[in-house]
Amino acid sequence: MTDSNYDEIMQLLCDRLSSLTNSNAQISPETNLISQLSIDSIKLLNLIMEVEDAFDISIPINALADVQTVRELVDLVHKIKSVSQ
Amino acid sequence: MNLLEKIDAAAAARKALLPNGVGAFGIPIEEVYSATEARIGDRRVLLLGTNNYLGLTFSPECIQAAHEAIDKEGTGTTGSRMANGSYFGHRALEKEFADFYQCSSSIVFTTGYQANLGTISGLVGPGDTVLIDGDSHASIYDGCILSGADIIRFKHNDVADMEKRLRRLGNRVETTLVIAEGIYSMLGDQAPLAEIVKLKNAYGCVLLLDEAHSLGVLGETGQGLVEKTGLLQEVDFITGTFSKSLCSIGGFCVSNHPQLEQLRYISHPYIFTASPSPATIASTRAALELLRKGSHLRKQLWNNCTQLYSALKEAGYVLGPDPGPVIAAVVDTPQQALLLWQQLLEHNIYVNLILPPAAPEGKSLVRCSVNAVHTENQIRYVGDTFAKLYSVISSHS
Ligand SMILES: Cc1ncc(COP(=O)(O)O)c(C=O)c1O
Repeated sequence: MTDSNYDEIMQLLCDRLSSLTNSNAQISPETNLISQLSIDSIKLLNLIMEVEDAFDISIPINALADVQTVRELVDLVHKIKSVSQ
Repeated sequence: MNLLEKIDAAAAARKALLPNGVGAFGIPIEEVYSATEARIGDRRVLLLGTNNYLGLTFSPECIQAAHEAIDKEGTGTTGSRMANGSYFGHRALEKEFADFYQCSSSIVFTTGYQANLGTISGLVGPGDTVLIDGDSHASIYDGCILSGADIIRFKHNDVADMEKRLRRLGNRVETTLVIAEGIYSMLGDQAPLAEIVKLKNAYGCVLLLDEAHSLGVLGETGQGLVEKTGLLQEVDFITGTFSKSLCSIGGFCVSNHPQLEQLRYISHPYIFTASPSPATIASTRAALELLRKGSHLRKQLWNNCTQLYSALKEAGYVLGPDPGPVIAAVVDTPQQALLLWQQLLEHNIYVNLILPPAAPEGKSLVRCSVNAVHTENQIRYVGDTFAKLYSVISSHS
């Protein structure tokens, strides 16, 4: 999956995550949201709202149960975005 | 990390936030003297951290009703309504709730938590959608998760944001349940119900309102936000709890939709749990009657609310937007909140401490709840103490 949509989502999420964590930690697709970035559940839920607005899609928060890494989050957003187009 | 080590790691994180064994959570209360006073350790404290909004915990009517029920029907029902039967009291209380809300159907649950779990998971399922306020109570979140429906949040009390998310749902709005609360428990603010109802009607979805904190508090007869706004007939399902202004434990859902009755056969949090005990039901029935006739209590409550809200505001505290029985001082750091909470206890005032992530937007809260039987002197003392502590808190970061 290297289409431009996917890259755009990855870019947006990495940017938002790095500002949310206020750290200089390098964020890669394999970075774990909770153990490495200390993103708590409320921050993650609020981030999802922003992503919904950025791409005009609905992301059910129950789908986050399967998300641990940045890549898994991007995959989820990408899948929903593809279906909604 | 194995399972138990993971739990230890979470415990260590909690301890780091609350040093020196401060027991801010689940504080031991040794004796309860009245609706406003208790003993914590060797201190006689003023209770400003209950949900006892009408101050009915020691009402003679409720106590007598509970005593009589125990004598007549024993201490417990020992099972669920489905399997073990519905006592007269369960059925009577349901009728009284239906009558109070002028609704055709009403179900009593064992707790308010289960009322939300049971109602939400009974109304929606996989493939349906729930659109909920971002600051919803955990029982609403958990009910949504149990249902298997898609959960979408809108920004707290932001109707423009809610509409944007409704629009995005397209024709899925037909199977969408919108959920809001009468009074939100963190900041004490009220839902913009008129605008929410407008959107619900425009998009054709179903609306559930949790009146947990507004029952007994808002409206001439205490129905809650639906009565204050005159929108009772526009809300599809109302849930609530007996654990706050009704001073016992239990919960309810009322509706004019006959479909509510179906929940008795499909809703696990209704079916697979024991029904409320006879004493609980009896004191709740007595309390509901006092609540309906309690406009004098609501008047006292609101006098106390506005007195304390203005005192805290004048002292410089950042508060929630609406005065009401939940008055939360919003502070920047957990350390400030902890210090304020500890200092208040030193002054024999017990309030609630709420730290992130439970408090909205990364802030920390020191939350007071006011009731109808706090005296003017008690409220003045609390306001003065908060004012005295303001400089201590603001110089501490
Ligand atoms: C908004 C809201 N809903 C539901 C509940 C649950 O009520 P109960 O204490 O009866 O389980 C509470 C109380 O904690 C609440 O604040």
